Amino acid sequence: MARLLDVLRRDLQLTGTKEGCGEGECGACSVLLNGDLVNSCLIPVAQADGAEIETVEGLGCDDRLHAIQRAFLSCGGGQCGMCTPGMLVASAHLLRKNPRPDLEAIREGLNGNLCRCTGYMRILEAVERAVTIAGEERS
Amino acid sequence: MQEKIVGKAAVRKEGLGKVCGRAQYIDDISLPEMLHGATVRSSIARGRILGIEFGPGIPWNEFVIVTATDIPGENEIALINHDWPCLAREFVNHPEEPILLLAHADRHLLPKAVAAVRVQYEEMPAIFTIEESERGETIVWGTDNVFKSFLLEKDDVDAAWATADVIVEGEYTTGAQEHLYIENNGAIAAYSREGQLTVWGSLQCPFYVHKSLVKLTGLSEEKVRIVQVETGGAFGGKEDYPSMIGAHAALLAMKSGRPVKIVYDRAEDMAATTKRHPSRIRHRTAVTRDGRLQAAEIEIALDGGAYSTLSPTVLSRSTIHAGGPYFWPNIRVKSKALATNCPPHGAFRGFGAPQSLFAVERHMDHIAEALGLPPEEVRRRNFLKPGLTTATGQEIREALDLEKLMERALAESDYYAKRKRFDRVNAGAGTKKKGIGLATFLHGSGFTGSGERYLNSLVAVDLTAEGRARVLVSSTEFGQGTNTILCQIAAESLGVDYDLVEMGPPDTSVVPNSGPTVASRTSMVVGKLVQSAAHGLKQTLLASGLLAEGYTSAEFVAAARTYVAQHGSLRAESRYQAPPGVHWDDRTYRGEAYAAYAWAVYVAEVTVDLTTCGVTIDDFVAMQEAGRVLNPVLATGQIEGGVAQGIGWALYEKVVWNRGRMANNQMTNYIIPTTQDIPPIRVFFAELPFGHGAYGAKGIGELPMDGPAPAILNAVSHATGKQFDAVPLLPEDMFLRMAVRQPEPAVVAL
Ligand code: FES
Ligand code: FES
Repeated sequence: MARLLDVLRRDLQLTGTKEGCGEGECGACSVLLNGDLVNSCLIPVAQADGAEIETVEGLGCDDRLHAIQRAFLSCGGGQCGMCTPGMLVASAHLLRKNPRPDLEAIREGLNGNLCRCTGYMRILEAVERAVTIAGEERS
Repeated sequence: MQEKIVGKAAVRKEGLGKVCGRAQYIDDISLPEMLHGATVRSSIARGRILGIEFGPGIPWNEFVIVTATDIPGENEIALINHDWPCLAREFVNHPEEPILLLAHADRHLLPKAVAAVRVQYEEMPAIFTIEESERGETIVWGTDNVFKSFLLEKDDVDAAWATADVIVEGEYTTGAQEHLYIENNGAIAAYSREGQLTVWGSLQCPFYVHKSLVKLTGLSEEKVRIVQVETGGAFGGKEDYPSMIGAHAALLAMKSGRPVKIVYDRAEDMAATTKRHPSRIRHRTAVTRDGRLQAAEIEIALDGGAYSTLSPTVLSRSTIHAGGPYFWPNIRVKSKALATNCPPHGAFRGFGAPQSLFAVERHMDHIAEALGLPPEEVRRRNFLKPGLTTATGQEIREALDLEKLMERALAESDYYAKRKRFDRVNAGAGTKKKGIGLATFLHGSGFTGSGERYLNSLVAVDLTAEGRARVLVSSTEFGQGTNTILCQIAAESLGVDYDLVEMGPPDTSVVPNSGPTVASRTSMVVGKLVQSAAHGLKQTLLASGLLAEGYTSAEFVAAARTYVAQHGSLRAESRYQAPPGVHWDDRTYRGEAYAAYAWAVYVAEVTVDLTTCGVTIDDFVAMQEAGRVLNPVLATGQIEGGVAQGIGWALYEKVVWNRGRMANNQMTNYIIPTTQDIPPIRVFFAELPFGHGAYGAKGIGELPMDGPAPAILNAVSHATGKQFDAVPLLPEDMFLRMAVRQPEPAVVAL
């Protein structure tokens, strides 16, 4: 059976979600399934029947960017960009569960997403920045 | 001069597309009628191909099948030598060597078809290690298994041994490293009825692929067009291999007349593509009792794999960096790159320098120990400084002050206090030991020796009809920030807003050849050319009378539009010129090896758990002098990313070989650092602008790969009191070496 990842990328042409390993190790294919963070390369599409799926395309675009997308841009959270969609989805998921994560919570929340370019420092900083941006927007 | 855009954290040019998920990588692209391609590879390390059978159960008549006999031109991936076949014909020389190509519209059929092709071989004896190769009992390449050797010599090494106070010897080894870019290699090729071949790919060097495909297809240069698409990480791993996968897609497209896409899955990418060269490096040093280096004899051996690919140039960089950032009155470096029956090893960030610098920086700690001096003190007494010469005889002419750089790094890491405290605490009975170690090093920017002169790079800047400026280069973006940096430079030079400058398409039919995107050369060398081309364009606009000094960005746009409307176009070019006083002798390896060097001091603080043999890095200070920093966010990101890869090479990443084949070719079994393995990486820049780089820039991309492994192993050795001279150092390696008494490096007191 087709994987959720293939249905997203091929049938729906939502190519923002990436494939890095196809075996649940890298998190490049991270999406939210009914609000839970999953690796879409491991989900048979039948399991997504009737479910609500959120991908990077759903976070925001252009002048309607999510706080985490803006923070990634200003902090340099993405370099080659291949891990970025998955990182953004995982970060948004973390911030929804825990709107003020400390550094350890951020490290733990993103430990299923591998990045080979950044050494993670700018990504961690971006999540912290997103917390600030979200706070500013609320006040 | 006060710059407006250079030196600022301009937002990544292609960043918006990347955070919106809109950036198009090779596997995101489909063409009408496109087929999918796959590769049948060698299952053995070395042998003669006796026959190929197409097994039952597969509709073979629906498949496009390509073998070496279908190659219209030369069966060769063009690099330095002419030994790397595109498809094996009679012999295979390593596991996973490509033999045959298949294409079909249904991608799901391909794995079954690949598995159904049976190749019969007559196996031949194979070799897998540096030692087996140099023994020469089995010759697998040329007459002696040696791809390339160098001899670099300064003054009289042999005379120094007799007068030395102390002689210190050591042997250092490093393992292969997989690039593990998150995007695997991939390419799409299309061949038109008019005989035009286009290849789109995830790649670093469009003109390398172009050169290789012209040779392979026999088509004229104009009939071959290479386009880089968004590239998801490269690190050197997409320097040579795209010529291979691009050739494969091209052959299938030419035979079928339909577009063909080949994208590797992770297992194929890890098993079949290049890795960092494994190394074995021996040092013999004469030193005075008060710690002055007198002479070095250094022997470097690199495992190049089955074909020479880029090994000669990797070896060259290893050779030149072998002595580290020290003054050696006498030094001899003998180096060789050897053939084995592993897949060819290739370019990987650092390009031979990390191996050499690991060896010399571990060796400096051995020397310190032998003399009873602190490690930083031995380094301090031997640093290169203005007026002194490197191993190739290159005089240091910039205002280099390594001592100051080191003191800053040691202060930032609280090194002296910590070293003392750890020594005291470690003497206790606890099973957790703390250590702090440093590495001081250099990295040459740009191509080695006369390389930049041969490249003869050309860049252009032109104007669009909308009055915007466009940078035209073959230098590519794969995460390092090429687009952003070059646009910042052009904007600064033109005196306009950053938003008014864009990048031309990385397409060989549009842009001039600004050389490959490798060797930390883009900001420094290509950037300088962009700066001067942009300057030329501005001068033309000013001279036309359409623009007057002191213009605003809006006035520039208006003038540019008018100029293009009146004249059709405006384009300014700039070609590479060697900085004055740069001389290099390829035969003797004497002279100015690099136009500039970046310098660095890295300090690692670790905890070693003696029960689990696990190493935790608690703090990491990366202090460097890499010329002018053009964009602090991008530069810091480059350093942090390189440090993380260096940490992986030192402590996590082990390629397990089984008769020349990578056995752990999965992300599950080949471990790279995660968010929870990386310490705070604290990055500092001391800026010493380099007059011949763009706005004072030097190379920066590879430098951070050099320092982490020796700094970390020096810290682990400090913590444990045992010497560790090999990377990677995984818990099982540490356990074995702690259990088995290791021979201490030889120290001869005379
Ligand atoms: S592609 Fe799904 S985890 Fe890597
Ligand atoms: S930005 Fe390249 S893998 Fe994370």
